[in-house]
Amino acid sequence: MDLSSINPVLLIASIMVSATPILLAAIGELVVEKSGVLNLGVEGMMITGAVVGFAVAVSNTSPGLGFVGAALAGALLSLPFALLTQYLMSNQVATGLGLMMVGLGLSSLIGKPYEGMKAPPFPKVEIPLLSDLPIFGRMLFSHDIMVYFSVALVVAVWAFLKYTRAGLILRAVGEAHDSAHALGYKVRHIRILAILFGGACAGLGGAYLSLVRVPQWTEGMTAGAGWIALAIVVFASWRPGRVAVGAYLFGGVSVLQLNLQAAGADVPVALLSASPYLITILVLVIISARGAHAAPASLGRPFHASH
Amino acid sequence: MLRLEKRPQPSQLWMVLSPIIAVFLTMIVGGIMFAILGKPPFEAIKVIFWDPLFNDQFAAYSRPQLLVKAGPLILIAIGLSIGFKAGIWNIGAEGQYIMGAICGAGAGLAFYPSESFLIFPAMVLAGGLGGWAWAMVPAVLKTRFGTNEILVSLMLTYVAQSILISVSSGLLRNPEGMGFPGSRNFKQWDAAFNAELIANTGLHWGVVTALIAVIGAYLLMSRHIMGFNIRLTGEAPRAARFSGVKPARVVFFCLGIAGLLAGAAGLFEVTGPAGQLTGSFNAGYGFTAIIVAFLGRLHPVGILLAGLLMALTYIGGELAQLMLGLPGAAIQLFQGMMLFFLLAADVFTNFRLRFGKKGVA
Repeated sequence: MDLSSINPVLLIASIMVSATPILLAAIGELVVEKSGVLNLGVEGMMITGAVVGFAVAVSNTSPGLGFVGAALAGALLSLPFALLTQYLMSNQVATGLGLMMVGLGLSSLIGKPYEGMKAPPFPKVEIPLLSDLPIFGRMLFSHDIMVYFSVALVVAVWAFLKYTRAGLILRAVGEAHDSAHALGYKVRHIRILAILFGGACAGLGGAYLSLVRVPQWTEGMTAGAGWIALAIVVFASWRPGRVAVGAYLFGGVSVLQLNLQAAGADVPVALLSASPYLITILVLVIISARGAHAAPASLGRPFHASH
Repeated sequence: MLRLEKRPQPSQLWMVLSPIIAVFLTMIVGGIMFAILGKPPFEAIKVIFWDPLFNDQFAAYSRPQLLVKAGPLILIAIGLSIGFKAGIWNIGAEGQYIMGAICGAGAGLAFYPSESFLIFPAMVLAGGLGGWAWAMVPAVLKTRFGTNEILVSLMLTYVAQSILISVSSGLLRNPEGMGFPGSRNFKQWDAAFNAELIANTGLHWGVVTALIAVIGAYLLMSRHIMGFNIRLTGEAPRAARFSGVKPARVVFFCLGIAGLLAGAAGLFEVTGPAGQLTGSFNAGYGFTAIIVAFLGRLHPVGILLAGLLMALTYIGGELAQLMLGLPGAAIQLFQGMMLFFLLAADVFTNFRLRFGKKGVA
C-alpha cells in the first residue's frame, strides 16, 4: 500500500465535492422534518434531480440551467407527496417509500437517451485573494459555485430557523401542530412549502452528482445518498451546523475509501465499498445510544383539524 | 364546501375498494404516460394486463412465469406485513433476501457435488437463517439502543449488495467457470435444484412455501395471541405495554419472521429461476414486496392477490418491452404509481366526505 500517493490538499478538496450532494439534500430534509413531516423519498427526488439536471444541462450546454431544472424537478416530484400526506392524511412512511420508487422509475425512464454522454464543464470560481493562499487556497477557496452555495444555504437555514419569525412558526408547526393550528397558523400550507423546499434541495444535490461529481448520468447513480442524507439529519439532532459536520464526515469516509482502493490497501474491496454505509449505521447507533433525541415532537404524525 | 370527517372505525368496504380503484387509476394515468411515450395506450394496457394470461401466442410461456414471480413477492410481503402491522418498518428486505441467497448457496456449495436428498432442505434452512441473521442486526440495534430500523435495515441492503458482488466473483465463484463471475449453476446440480414441481405451472418449492406462509400468517394474525399483540402494538403502543406486551419481543419477532421469509425467498430464487448467484441476480423483489404488502392491505389473502397482480405487471412489462419497445423503467414507474394511488384512495377508508359547512362546536 502506498499512502504517500494520497495528497492531503486534494483529499480535502475532494471531500468538499463529495459531501456537497448529501449536504444539499440533508439541509432540505432538515427543514422538512423541522416542520413535522418525515419524507423518506429523498433518494427518489435526488435521482430525479440528477437526471433532469443532466438532461437540461446537456441540451442547453448550461450547467446553471441544469441546476435550476433539477431544483424545479425535485420540488415538482415532492408535490404529490405533499398533497397526499397533507390533504389526504396518508401514512408518511409509506408515501415516502412510494415517492422513492416513483423517482427511481421516472429517472431511468427519462435518463435512457442520456446514458454515456458527458456533462458540460462547470467552471470553478476562484475567490479572489483567498484562493491565492498557500494550501488553503486550493483546499477551500477554488471550488465551483455550488459548493459555496451549499455552505451558504446551511448558514441561511440556521439563521432562518433561529432568528426569523417565519422560522419560529415553522418550528412551532413541527413541535405542536394542534397548538399552531389553534393560534391560526396554516399548518398544511407551511408544511407543503417546507416539503417543496426539501424537494428542491434534494434535486440540487442530485444534479451536483450527475453534473459535477461523476459527471455523467448512470441509472441508480445516487446509490443510497438520499438515505444517507436522512441518516445525517438524525445524526445532526436536527441542527443545521451538525448537518454540515455530518455531511463532511461522510464525504470524508467515502473519498478516503476510494483513495484507499486506488492505493491498493490491504483491505477487502467489499468492506471498503460498504464502509460508508457501515459507518452511517455506527454513527446512528452512537447517537441513539446517547439518547440525545431532539426530534420535532410532531414528526411523522398526520395532522387533521378535527377539533 | 367539501370537507373530510374522521370515521369512528375504518370502512371495511373502502378497505377492499381502494386497491381496485388504485389499479384502475394507474391504468388510466399509465395509459396517458404510454401515449406521451408514443405508444398506443390501450394496446399497452392490454399487453400488460391481458396478454400474459390469455394471448394465444405467449400465454403458454408467460402463464407459468406468474407463479415464479409471485412466489418471492408474496413470501417477502407476508413477512413485511406482519412488521408493518406493528409499526416496525423493515424496508431492508432486499438485503435479507440477498443474504439468504448467499448463505443458502454457500451452505449447499460446501457439499458439492453430494447428491444427498438433504442438500436442498439444508440450503433452505441456511438461507432462512441467513436472512434472519441479517434482520437481527436492526432488531438488536433498535431494542438495545433505540436506533431507527428504517435507516439501518436500508443501509444493510447496500452492504449486502457489496458482499454479493464480492462473493460471486470470489469465494463462491464457479471454479469451472473460466474466471467469469457467478457461482456454479444450480440447474446442473439435481440435489440443489429448485425444480418445477408440476411441469409448465411455474410451481416450485418457493411458491409452495409462500402459500404456506399465507395460511400461517392468517392463522397467526387472526387466531394467535402473538398476532393480537402485534396489532395492538401497532395501533396503541401504550395500551400494549400496559397489557404486558414486551415491545422488544415484538420487534425481534417481526423482524425475525420478515428476515426468515425473505432469506428463504432469496434461496428459492437463486436455486430455481435465477439458477446461479451473480452480482445482479436480485431483481429488486425486496422493494416491490413493500408495494405488494400495502396493496394487499397487510392482510395475507390480500397479499396473495396483490402478489399475483404485481407479478402480472412484471411479465406484462417484459412483454410490452418486447412487443411495443416500452422502456423497462416504465413498469417500475407504473408500480410506484399504483402505491401512490392506493395511498390516495385510502383516505376514504379512514375519512368520509361531507358537504356543507362545519357547524360551530
